[in-house]
Amino acid sequence: MENLGALALLLAFCLSVYSILSSLAGKWRRNPYLIASGRRAVYAIFLLTSAASGILIHALLTSDFRLAYVAAHSNRAMPDLYKFAAWWGGQEGSLLLWSWVLSLYAAVVVWQTRKKHREIMPYVVSVLMITQCFFLILNTFVVSPFQVLAIGKGITEVPDGQGLNPLLQYWTMAIHPPMLYLGYVGFAVPFAFAMGSLITRQPGDAWIQTTRRWTLWTWMFQTAGIILGAAWAYAVLGWGGYWGWDPVENASLLPWITATAFLHSVMMQEKKGMMKVWNMVLISATFFLCIFGTFLTRSGIVSSVHAFAQSPIGKYFVTFLAIGIGATIWLILDRLDYLKSESHLESVVSREATFLFNNLILLASCFAVLWGTMFPVISEAVTGDKISVDAPFFNRVNVPIGLFLLFLTGVGPLIAWRRSSLESLKRAFLWPSVAGLSLMAALFALGVRHFYALMSFGLCLFVAWTVAAEFYKGSRAIAARTGSNLLAAAVELTHRNTRRYGGYIVHLGIVLMFIGFTGAAFNKDSTNEVMIGDSFRLGKYEMRVRDVRAGENENYSWDHAVVDVYLGGKLLSTLEPERQFYKASGQSVSQVAIRRRLNEDVYLNFASMSEDGKHAVIQSYVFPLVSWIWIGFWVVLFGTIVCLIPSKYRLQYPKTEVVAVAGKHAPVEN
Amino acid sequence: MKTYAKFAVLIVIIVGTLAWLATGGIKETKTYYKTISELQEMKDPHGKRIRVGGDVAPGSIRRNGKQVFFTLQQDSRTLKVVYNGSDPLPDTFKDGAQALADGKLDPSGVFYASKIQAKCASKYEAAPGKPGQRPVYGASGQARM
Repeated sequence: MENLGALALLLAFCLSVYSILSSLAGKWRRNPYLIASGRRAVYAIFLLTSAASGILIHALLTSDFRLAYVAAHSNRAMPDLYKFAAWWGGQEGSLLLWSWVLSLYAAVVVWQTRKKHREIMPYVVSVLMITQCFFLILNTFVVSPFQVLAIGKGITEVPDGQGLNPLLQYWTMAIHPPMLYLGYVGFAVPFAFAMGSLITRQPGDAWIQTTRRWTLWTWMFQTAGIILGAAWAYAVLGWGGYWGWDPVENASLLPWITATAFLHSVMMQEKKGMMKVWNMVLISATFFLCIFGTFLTRSGIVSSVHAFAQSPIGKYFVTFLAIGIGATIWLILDRLDYLKSESHLESVVSREATFLFNNLILLASCFAVLWGTMFPVISEAVTGDKISVDAPFFNRVNVPIGLFLLFLTGVGPLIAWRRSSLESLKRAFLWPSVAGLSLMAALFALGVRHFYALMSFGLCLFVAWTVAAEFYKGSRAIAARTGSNLLAAAVELTHRNTRRYGGYIVHLGIVLMFIGFTGAAFNKDSTNEVMIGDSFRLGKYEMRVRDVRAGENENYSWDHAVVDVYLGGKLLSTLEPERQFYKASGQSVSQVAIRRRLNEDVYLNFASMSEDGKHAVIQSYVFPLVSWIWIGFWVVLFGTIVCLIPSKYRLQYPKTEVVAVAGKHAPVEN
Repeated sequence: MKTYAKFAVLIVIIVGTLAWLATGGIKETKTYYKTISELQEMKDPHGKRIRVGGDVAPGSIRRNGKQVFFTLQQDSRTLKVVYNGSDPLPDTFKDGAQALADGKLDPSGVFYASKIQAKCASKYEAAPGKPGQRPVYGASGQARM
């Protein structure tokens, strides 16, 4: 079986090379048959990588420990769900998942465009297949998942596998990597279209319209992947946070930031014909940051003092990135003439300006995160000292950036294109500003002195107010005309321009998430050594330990605490944090207990038994407002889905000054 | 052109502010990664935040109330470490484990650690796209945004 899997990957590799060559040759020699066969190779690659993945999954589910990968990442006692999730539990498997997702996307693209975009498709297919080829090289020659243990040559039998890392045996973690990969890999598609459009010297922005849905779709998965990771860190890692600015977390955030910038700046190109070079740069940066993120995660370059994941694949990634980035830069510079802006900035107080600042700020954030993440590598190269920076660095830079972005979220959508008069600014922003400032004053009066927290809450209300006002204005107009109620009118309004109102819903979700982030300014924690019957306090809560007991099943053994939480002498709930010791891997994991409420979470972690074995060490935390992050995420998800639904009417955006520019360009083209 | 000048000024202000915040942030939180021998050869190690790695010398762990004393070793070099942080030590912290200690070097040559990370000597492979490498109880529970 495993030979078949390895053979399938080898064949897929050969076909990817064939597909690149035949697409290009077909294009250059104008041979439609070669182009068609290059496209069909894409389908074949999808089938072959699916077969290889299927064989690996089968080996995992049947606990075929002859395979080194299965033995290292699965064991018999694991539930089937996690046996399946072990597909992406280790390096070899997760790179296979990368390949599989890419081949799936490539097949979908080829299918969608079977009657469209004849001109650029051969190049799009080539770019996708070059990426595919790179990952298949890794799958086939460098980190094959079908490595067989040398049974019969020293090893007689593998009784049981080492098991999946117990930290990963949690439901959000089981679906987090595929989500993130669906997002990461998806950016290969808009990137390929962008390159195709550059190579063929397409003048317009057809590639943006073609790939808009792809971009949103992959952005949605990326967002979901990042938030699932945060939710997992919160519920599993037991240190009580959801984001620690770890290199691996940063790796997933970087392409998300540039993708978000891209989603906004394409509007400038679609409506004003501006920022064309910029968009090319952004989509390329996003794609390469996705590859870079995989590289950072898989090669262990940054955390090399930890040396948790040293592997030989680093140099392959560096080579691919160097060639890819070099080629992209050359291509963009060579085609600059086709990327001329069609209009220019007219005023600092305009929609264009907010887009510009939005992009600037997002890029600054991306750069700061990248800089901080790579700081050990950079400082070692420059000064010889390996120096790392910690979470406070990232917070210091990114908290003000976040607040400024939040501000732009409120201002951007309402401000007029080209220039805004004082009168129109007052009309749009007077009441939201009054509301935001009043909230800040009220909170200050109540004793909140945290500067960023005050700013954040004020801005949240400001933005929420502007969004609500937009919905209210639009739906009231529809309701007045059709006589329907306001809610039906709001649905109708959204349906008429899903892109705009879906975007508003996403913004609202971001506001809710910011409320959740801001709660972190008021976190409380304490660590206590307790025995049965002891109690301790945290803030206004009193916790009484009712019981501590031990036990085991075939997968792990555990210590289990039962803690009653009281508020003002009244029993609120009973929390049961647990510590598990996984037998196969010899690792311990804590199962934290969380009482989730909208105002604040009470969070208990059974950290360890004390040295004398009599006391349980329990860490307790209060996290205000943290639930709003997850609620905000669902709102963002809903808003993104609304954006993906086609609008009821096809809207024609009037493009200012396009005519004039066409006139200006005409002589040049003659 | 006046509009573009205004944009230039605004951009300079924004980028300047962020750069100022970033340099301050780096100064405040920079931590030197050192091996034991590098640490002992450092010219002026006192007062700097340092992260030093090594193996926990077997049999060296001694506890006294909340303080934990142990010796890190690497090749022939050894370093005495005192841990007085508030978080309980990770489960993976035991004889022979690889450990990372964050803290400062005392003029007497003893390393005072406020944070310990450890991993089993056997295996720990990072998983895709996730910070699984962080020892479960290693990080402190400070406010994070």
